[in-house]
Amino acid sequence: GTRFRPLSFEVPKPLFPVAGVPMLQHHIEACAKDIDVDFANHILQDLFVFHDCLFANECQVILTTCLLYLQEYSALSTAGGVYHFRDQILSGGPEAFFIMNADVCSEFPLLEMLEFQKEHGNTHVILGTTANRKQSMNYGCIVENQDTNEVLHYVEKPSTFVSDIINCGIYLFTPEIFQHIGLVFQKNQQDLLLEEQMNGWQRAEVIRLEQDIFTALAGRGKLYVYKTDRFWSQIKSAGSAIYASRLYLNQYHKTHPERLANNEEGRPTIRGNVYIHPTANIDPTAVLGPNVSIGTGVTIGAGVRVRESIILHGATLQDHSCVLNSIVGWDSTIGKWARVEGTPSDPNPNDPYAKIDSETLFRDGKLTPSITILGCNVNIPSEVIILNAIVLPHKDLNRGFKNQIIL
Amino acid sequence: MKALILVGGYGTRLRPLTLSVPKPLVEFCNKPILLHQVEALVKAGVDHVILAVSYMSDLLEKEMKAQEQILGIKISLSHEKEPLGTAGPLALARELLTDNSDPFFVLNSDVICDFPFEEMVKFHQHHGKQGTIVVTKVEEPSKYGVVVYEGESGRIHRFVEKPQVFVSSKINAGMYIFSPSVLHRIQLRPTSIEKEIFPIMAQEGHLYAMELQGFWMDIGQPKDFLTGMCMYLQCERQRSPERLRTGPGFLGNVLVDPTARIGQNCTLGPNVTIGAGVVLEDGVRIKRCTVLKGARVRSHSWLESCIIGWSCSVGQWVRMENVTVLGEDVIVNDELYLNGASVLPHKSIGESVPEPRIIM
Repeated sequence: GTRFRPLSFEVPKPLFPVAGVPMLQHHIEACAKDIDVDFANHILQDLFVFHDCLFANECQVILTTCLLYLQEYSALSTAGGVYHFRDQILSGGPEAFFIMNADVCSEFPLLEMLEFQKEHGNTHVILGTTANRKQSMNYGCIVENQDTNEVLHYVEKPSTFVSDIINCGIYLFTPEIFQHIGLVFQKNQQDLLLEEQMNGWQRAEVIRLEQDIFTALAGRGKLYVYKTDRFWSQIKSAGSAIYASRLYLNQYHKTHPERLANNEEGRPTIRGNVYIHPTANIDPTAVLGPNVSIGTGVTIGAGVRVRESIILHGATLQDHSCVLNSIVGWDSTIGKWARVEGTPSDPNPNDPYAKIDSETLFRDGKLTPSITILGCNVNIPSEVIILNAIVLPHKDLNRGFKNQIIL
Repeated sequence: MKALILVGGYGTRLRPLTLSVPKPLVEFCNKPILLHQVEALVKAGVDHVILAVSYMSDLLEKEMKAQEQILGIKISLSHEKEPLGTAGPLALARELLTDNSDPFFVLNSDVICDFPFEEMVKFHQHHGKQGTIVVTKVEEPSKYGVVVYEGESGRIHRFVEKPQVFVSSKINAGMYIFSPSVLHRIQLRPTSIEKEIFPIMAQEGHLYAMELQGFWMDIGQPKDFLTGMCMYLQCERQRSPERLRTGPGFLGNVLVDPTARIGQNCTLGPNVTIGAGVVLEDGVRIKRCTVLKGARVRSHSWLESCIIGWSCSVGQWVRMENVTVLGEDVIVNDELYLNGASVLPHKSIGESVPEPRIIM
């Protein structure tokens, strides 16, 4: 997750809080809500060591589901890891199982996908959504038979336009998928034997779902696409975390209304959707929202304004400060009257199929204006402006900065 | 005694403020620019002030008639219908200036300082020649016209316009005192006093320099207007400190009109001027700014090095800096950032201005 730096220095991306809870928790809550007995087991695959196990335990307690945490011994790409753990996945004899990318934000229409799978003769199902023509080429493109919903053709990130239906990174497979993956694995092994040992990094076990499996399955009656028009977004960069927060906070009206703050006497003014952790300490003259998440133990002083931002655990915002379109890192401090502001990279609101742009960091040699990110334990002095800047952790600033990365 | 003040034309360098009000009437530290000079002249014994204008303003005429009554002096307007340069206006006012043999003052209307009018009279009468120029020391003389003179007597040798190499740090401060005989040298046509009149007077030994003590500033453009404000307020701190506000929430030199209303938890200063009827809501922080009459700054905003025009409304959580100038009746929406914006009158600002530019 290098595109998620500097936030990913502290926490692996799947655990980054979006709308107040770790990114992954939204996936797990969707599963726990929709799925009953058949899917008591949730399996997390990951590369990291740190908090993950703790997180898994926490979720278990909260959701009273069984969580199994499996660690890949090396990077095996999207299908390789799944194939490696096929025995654990198939233990208990499930008829089908979901595979989900952690860095997507979605309404997770899991029950609908299960229905769809039954209607289509228990084949593999891939969740798809519509993108606009130009942006579709940044994703996996699915050509669909409109009558049967079969996937006729699949191309990952084509360089020319193929289809405006894109891969959402959420799949529903039957155990039979492992046969296909197994075939690819064997072919890889044969190829390696034939090839001279030129590149030591090449492993047979590195199998990519998208390029290696889906492209092969397309057009053979094995893979079907369930299209959704409900909200969906990738979370690749920190900026997209704010956009994803907005989508999830909005969903809370239906799924977790208790997580949304209300306007009350003696409490801060709330506009739109705002999540405030119960341990946060906020002056009643502050004005928060829309689209704001306040983490544990955050302190917000008098007359503070926060809008379209994520304030992470332990941060302090002193009196009269103003935070717009920014992520304020864990335990950071923002001085009085300081202004911390970023530029939103939201998709075009006039285009219903527009997706958030995964912008390059630099364009024409200049830093592209984007969400301002303060890493953990950053101190912003009083009365300065931090605009479109990325500040690495443990930095004490002594003046304002604009359009820069501060190491 | 008489004084001629070169007011000039449209005051374009002080736009957008001068789009609403003629420059002499723009309030500098809560008093019209012109009045700073006129009051000091009256104190030095001047009983007739002539304003040389190239653009006639009804507002200026009306205001000057009112001041005639208040100050008990005569104020005339000399209107040049075509440009006469820096010396021509003297010729235009010849009749008024030569009705007796007293020396008369000539001032550039943009100049602010601790006016040395009494000393100028003494100095001028002491050397007995035709002209005295006040000079002041500046850090970057090559931006101006430099005056080379004899230290002891003050006799001026020559002028050097924008010298490439360092010649002297003393420049023409835009304040003169002349004997009426000077008018023989000037004809009624476009004439530059610095280029055509002064060099000859210097050669003939008729021009002397008097050094100004204390601060000096040409406040004809916003950046210098604010610098001049800082200098003037510092001078007030020495002269009449009771005029400045002190106490919790006031740092350094802060001038506040008695009719202004200031909210809770504001911090003002150093170097702030707040005009009549201004309202500052809670939690406002202002540094190095002039806020003109009737403006309102809403809560939690932060302003540094700005000029807020008459009747403006600045929203909540606004940040303005870097010589942002708001013309009359400008509205700035909540939560915006203005950096070096120059906003024309009656404009509504709905978007931040992160880099300096003009908003029409």
